Amino acid sequence: MTVTDINDWRIALVGTPNSGKTALFNALTGSRQKVANYAGVTVERKSGFLQTASGHRVNLIDLPGTYSLRGRSPDEEIARDVILGKFASEAPPDFLLCVADATNLRVALRLVIELKRVHRPMLLVLNMIDIARRRGIDIDLDKLSAELGVPVVTSTAVRRAGIEDLLRRIDAIAGKPAEAIAASEWTVPAASDLRAAQREADRVIRAAVSEPAKPDTWTTRVDAVLLHPVWGMIVLLVLLFVMFQAVFAWAQPVMDLITAGFDALGAWTATVLPEGLLQSFVQNGVISGVGSVIVFLPQILVLFLFILLLEDLGYMARAAFLMDRIMGGAGLHGRAFIPLLSSFACAIPGIMATRVIDNKRDRLTTIMVAPLMTCSARIPVYTLIIAAFVPDRPVLGFLGLQGLVMFGLYATGIVSALAVSLAANHFFWHESATPPFMLELPDYKLPQLRSVLMNLYQRAMAFLKRAGTTIFSMMVLIWFLASFPRPPLGATEPAIDFSLAAIIGRWIEPLLAPVGFNWQISVALIPGMAAREVAVASLGTVYAIEGGKEAVEQVGQALANKWSLATALAFLAWYVFAPQCASTLAVIKRETGGWRWMWITFFYMLSMAYIAAFITYHIALALGWG
Amino acid sequence: MSTLTAIMMDITSPATDESTRAPPAAVPLGLAHRGFQGRIDAIAVDGDHLGVSAAEIERRLLELGIVEGAAVHVLHEGPIGRDPIAVRVNGTTIALRRREAMAILVV
Repeated sequence: MTVTDINDWRIALVGTPNSGKTALFNALTGSRQKVANYAGVTVERKSGFLQTASGHRVNLIDLPGTYSLRGRSPDEEIARDVILGKFASEAPPDFLLCVADATNLRVALRLVIELKRVHRPMLLVLNMIDIARRRGIDIDLDKLSAELGVPVVTSTAVRRAGIEDLLRRIDAIAGKPAEAIAASEWTVPAASDLRAAQREADRVIRAAVSEPAKPDTWTTRVDAVLLHPVWGMIVLLVLLFVMFQAVFAWAQPVMDLITAGFDALGAWTATVLPEGLLQSFVQNGVISGVGSVIVFLPQILVLFLFILLLEDLGYMARAAFLMDRIMGGAGLHGRAFIPLLSSFACAIPGIMATRVIDNKRDRLTTIMVAPLMTCSARIPVYTLIIAAFVPDRPVLGFLGLQGLVMFGLYATGIVSALAVSLAANHFFWHESATPPFMLELPDYKLPQLRSVLMNLYQRAMAFLKRAGTTIFSMMVLIWFLASFPRPPLGATEPAIDFSLAAIIGRWIEPLLAPVGFNWQISVALIPGMAAREVAVASLGTVYAIEGGKEAVEQVGQALANKWSLATALAFLAWYVFAPQCASTLAVIKRETGGWRWMWITFFYMLSMAYIAAFITYHIALALGWG
Repeated sequence: MSTLTAIMMDITSPATDESTRAPPAAVPLGLAHRGFQGRIDAIAVDGDHLGVSAAEIERRLLELGIVEGAAVHVLHEGPIGRDPIAVRVNGTTIALRRREAMAILVV
């Protein structure tokens, strides 16, 4: 990692959303990038280094996309504060590199006119100039520059030639001896200011840009299908099916490989290290802890590959358009659809994917309900209990009772997510509907592989670094609870019976007795906090069944003998809601930037789990299934 | 709805007799159907929308390039209740709900 030098030119990359800013940033800085957080906030700070033609080093900051400096969201506030030099931990930029999509100048030029009031040296980059030329849009650069009063340069983020010209221009402007920079005249624009600026932008465009008589209608023609009330929905559903399938199917072999790898590593340490505390810590604490985090990586990568491709293509905004009304009925934003769907695989990538929702309120609601979607980690628990307790008999001739129960569990998750979202709007936001949905539907563009791969890499690193530390420490804590104190010599019961987990389990047993849970379940819930599926192995441990995962059938038989049907059903109801996943909680903490929303999610899910299990248990008892 | 259709037909159909007709009255874009083409006459937000002030709604519309005089063309309607709508505004496509589009008066 390169260290910032006081002599570096500090340049801020500014632009509206969809201006191709990030692709240009990737093209300019290549692999010399650094993703961190702005001090004190959760907004991502992307910066990188590049060399100009003269060899001068530039520290380039990619600011969040913004339509104006009004600071409507935390992201936009950052953009404003950095540009105005108000951000305490950031030196004001030496100059602004303003990016505009050459095919869509109106909104971008209005931003440029607003930025001029800041009185910082500025260079306007017309991005995607190749596409504009192909469409017959003719831009008189000299005239545009003269009318705007800002130097203008063109670029195509994919071609090296455009970038080199841009670097030469940066040299020419930033290399000039620093003249006294006038103080910023920027004030929060009122509606009349925005109107005047847009009129001025339209005037400049009329003077310098000639649009073809017959505009390019490719996007419109594609949209005729993709935004069609019927075909559009069919395409969306097919796309989602493929995506969902990919997250499950493509990732599975790699996930199995990772699990097998960590299991082998654990087994190897068992042979190398002497049996005892150290071995247990390395094998069960460190290796399985790290493994349980890394195993999610393939799913995250596959999911984000889809999301990045669809986002760059311009389809994400369309999916939000199609789903807005359906999601809006539950008080969710149209953009919440993809994250929630992803959560069927795993809530972790789903919660990370909520970044596509720009409204903070909508994003928090989505994060809160995402863990209610039935994730793949619940499947082992569901199948175990269903196989052991629900008879495999047909219903209505063609439906299996077991499958029906499974479906019911999924449906319960979805319905309760929608209900919680409605309730959240009512209790947290005191409103009954979502704020305005206004969204630019950008023209379709072919995604750039390089840029997509770089973003994918950053997502992967962000997950490993940020969640990894928190998740790992939770894993170690859970290992500690399940391992201490050690069993006395000559004890015949399983070691976990003597541990803190068992002490806590027995202590909370009276609390869980009303929902039909015995002390063994209470104990198994503690290591089950690590990940939902761990509960299966934990139940095996507390019922003293050797052999871990291979012994699932045995566990099922043991449970069928020891639990009543009422307890089993209550356990299923519990698992629909219970926040039994330390990783998810850790990611919520990371993504929301604090403990508050993590605890809110934890407690509301715990309460729902308790209430659902209680009701299920008592109904089952009343039906004589005790 | 029939009055609305009548108004729409009134706007979209070419005027038969220029001298005897008053200039067409502005209608909210929120009532327009797919295929409607016109020009923005005024932006008049009737009130606060669910906690977002009228002034803020106006500024958000303006920031997306929705200003008086811009050409509008309703390209698409959402699958449920024909909501939201996708509108081409001077070359940029904007998706918005009919609720907010009511503030955009078009002729």
